Amino acid sequence: MADSLLRAVDIQKSFAGVHALKGVSLDIAPGEIHCLAGENGSGKSTLIKIISGVYQADGGHIEFDGKTLSKITPIDAILLGIQVIYQDFSVFPNLTVMENLALNSELSDKRKIVNWQRMRQIAEEAVAKINFKVDLDALVGTLTVAQKQMVAICRALMFNARLIIMDEPTTALTRKEVQALFGVILQLKAQGISTLFVSHKLNEVFEISERFTILRNGELVVTGHTRDLDSAKFSYYMTGREFSDEQFRAENLGEAPLIEVKNLGLSGAFEDISFQLRGGEILGITGLLDSGRSELSLALFGIREADSGDILIKGKKTRINTPQAAIGAGIGLVPEDRLSEGLFLPRSIADNLIIAEIDRLANRFKVFDHRKRTREVQRLVEEFAIATPNPQNACQTLSGGNQQRVVLAKWLACNLDVLVLNGPTVGVDIGSKHDIHRILQGLAREGMGIIIISDDLPEVIRNCSRVIVLKSGRIVQEMDAAFATEQAILSQMM
Amino acid sequence: MQNNLKKLTKRNETYIALVVLALCLLIEVRSGQFFTANNLVDIASAMVVPGLFAVGTFMVIVSGGIDVSFPALASLTSYATTKMLLDAGYTGGMWLPILISLAMGALLGAFNGVFIGLLGLPAMIVTLGSSSVFKGVMQGALGSVQLAVIPPGMRAFGTSALFTATNPVSGLTSRMPVGFLALIAVLLIAFFIMRYTFFGRGIYAIGGNETSAHRAGFNTKRTKFLLYVFVGMVASLAGLIRTCMMQQNHPTNMLGMEMNIIAGVVLGGTAISGGAGSLTGCMLGTLLIVIVENSMILIGIPTIWKSVFVGALIIIGTGVSAYQVTRAHRIKSSRRLGGEVKA
Repeated sequence: MADSLLRAVDIQKSFAGVHALKGVSLDIAPGEIHCLAGENGSGKSTLIKIISGVYQADGGHIEFDGKTLSKITPIDAILLGIQVIYQDFSVFPNLTVMENLALNSELSDKRKIVNWQRMRQIAEEAVAKINFKVDLDALVGTLTVAQKQMVAICRALMFNARLIIMDEPTTALTRKEVQALFGVILQLKAQGISTLFVSHKLNEVFEISERFTILRNGELVVTGHTRDLDSAKFSYYMTGREFSDEQFRAENLGEAPLIEVKNLGLSGAFEDISFQLRGGEILGITGLLDSGRSELSLALFGIREADSGDILIKGKKTRINTPQAAIGAGIGLVPEDRLSEGLFLPRSIADNLIIAEIDRLANRFKVFDHRKRTREVQRLVEEFAIATPNPQNACQTLSGGNQQRVVLAKWLACNLDVLVLNGPTVGVDIGSKHDIHRILQGLAREGMGIIIISDDLPEVIRNCSRVIVLKSGRIVQEMDAAFATEQAILSQMM
Repeated sequence: MQNNLKKLTKRNETYIALVVLALCLLIEVRSGQFFTANNLVDIASAMVVPGLFAVGTFMVIVSGGIDVSFPALASLTSYATTKMLLDAGYTGGMWLPILISLAMGALLGAFNGVFIGLLGLPAMIVTLGSSSVFKGVMQGALGSVQLAVIPPGMRAFGTSALFTATNPVSGLTSRMPVGFLALIAVLLIAFFIMRYTFFGRGIYAIGGNETSAHRAGFNTKRTKFLLYVFVGMVASLAGLIRTCMMQQNHPTNMLGMEMNIIAGVVLGGTAISGGAGSLTGCMLGTLLIVIVENSMILIGIPTIWKSVFVGALIIIGTGVSAYQVTRAHRIKSSRRLGGEVKA
């Protein structure tokens, strides 16, 4: 491709002896939608930071518009027309849309005094570029995630952008919002603006991009046309491993149900929910936004007590009104947002692992026993293959998949009977996702009862033995996962 | 019109204004003395010093910081200014004391600014420390004692009145101090800074999200440094005016004011987490505290109960807004927990 907009050639970068990028090349044509994929730690973000001038490459060079550049500073990148939209969008929630849009360009013009009329003009021009309808006087904090993203995109377009880099832009978006985003990306393409789309979601890569580049461990694995890619190849390129997509089947089911839910209801969330879960089973619960699936997980764990119906634990009626009561009854919850609800991120991995079983690590004088703690931490780190040089490191140093393993290990240390997982693999890369699924299936085989609450339908179908579909707070269908298809479940959900 | 009315109901200032009005009416009904000319002038006069402090506190809180050192800063600069001019036998006008005060206030503000702005240390810790340092310098190094006499120029400024209001029934009179003009001037300057300069918008931006502010091109370090310099100047001006109005300098009687001032600012709708708030709300909140402090006696509540009322007001006022924040958050998070089908 002779007429590329951006060519990064043989880029090398090391951090304190770690070779983050080992001669990676990237080629983007004008108006092209290019997808950059790779697992956590593959070097995606390092490459983006080199292109946008945040880091300097140790070797290789970058060509933009045919001109070879030895190094790029952040200002150079902006002047060239390279704009990065970060995952947090870098917006000000406390300011209006107008101000969010106009601040950057006013500041880069080195203005000192605010002219509100000019600010409004700038903002109006910015939203007009992609036909984004929004109240300019609304506070950005009151917008939806998708709208905030549009604000960030409009702002990026004001600097005569020619290449827009979007760092995992779809993470927090609903399906509909993703479609709208793709619409905007196509509009940009029509205006000759290239998009580098960072994602590790297979379906998005297929849907939007024309060409793709996959990195693994700092090396370029493959680059090519998306039409030559299929899902097995994609997983293989990403991880270097082959996965067998085996359907989970419940074996050696327990005799009596571990937990039985009878006509459970929580006003405004769900009603008349009944199901049984036996040991050795994985039950999938799926549904839309307002289906009440998340509230159900909270009710099962006692965070929001159900206001009608009963929960029977091993045949005995039990009141689950606090998380303590749930743990006492042998129920654990892996919450949807593991970062804010399931982990103490700044604390050590070791502390996070043992927090739920801390009472059992006391010696006979009820004093905390540090030797017991060390042994227990070692056991869990090995059993769950948590990739860390030192369990005393802060939990936030781990990748998403490893963090999720810590949450799992924490619960499994407590010898629970039932584990409820809400969105167990949201934001987790493919390799770790498979590992987590393997762990869950293994646990079920050992006799645990598992409930996976998820809207990732392939995940539900592959890992569950039964699927319950919720709609508007009620069970609309219960099916054997062996015979369920994505289409069948979707039609029940909608 | 209806649209404007709807907007008003969404604004925090509307509610605080209604509370102030209700309190005024209650006092009026109970005593018949609230809306008399001299009482209103008394309240305006009592607003001057807290009002100035509140402006500075407001700006700091909007930036996401906090300043508990301003009473100590004001005490130190006003004491040092008065003492220096007394020792020099100064008999001139008010301009020199103001200049000396502002210069010292800027210097001490810069002391806070270096640690908070340039070095990025937590504002609470820095100002707790500097508060102690300022007090120590004043009481130790300067050996402060009460100054019963102040220079004639400052005395004249403190006693001169814009006008005098008389209560037609009791015949009591109250003077509107010239210092009130200083409050008006500082309010206008602060309003201009916060609304019409990129320095001021930077303060809001930093309070909203400091990383984003840096990425957007604000010099966040310089903005925070200059903010504390400015706030130091405003506080020192307040200290000087208080000395003039009281006709004496008492080195410790401003200490401890910080909590009521911060409470007033937060009652007025300034988000304690930074990034949001208006000067109007900040003044209304301060007015509420001043009225409670000054007028409880008019409805027969003994002054010893004053602090109970102020305390209750702070808990209720800030509690209600904190409750609204957590409720909004809960609604949002349960919506988020609900999730939607994600692609």
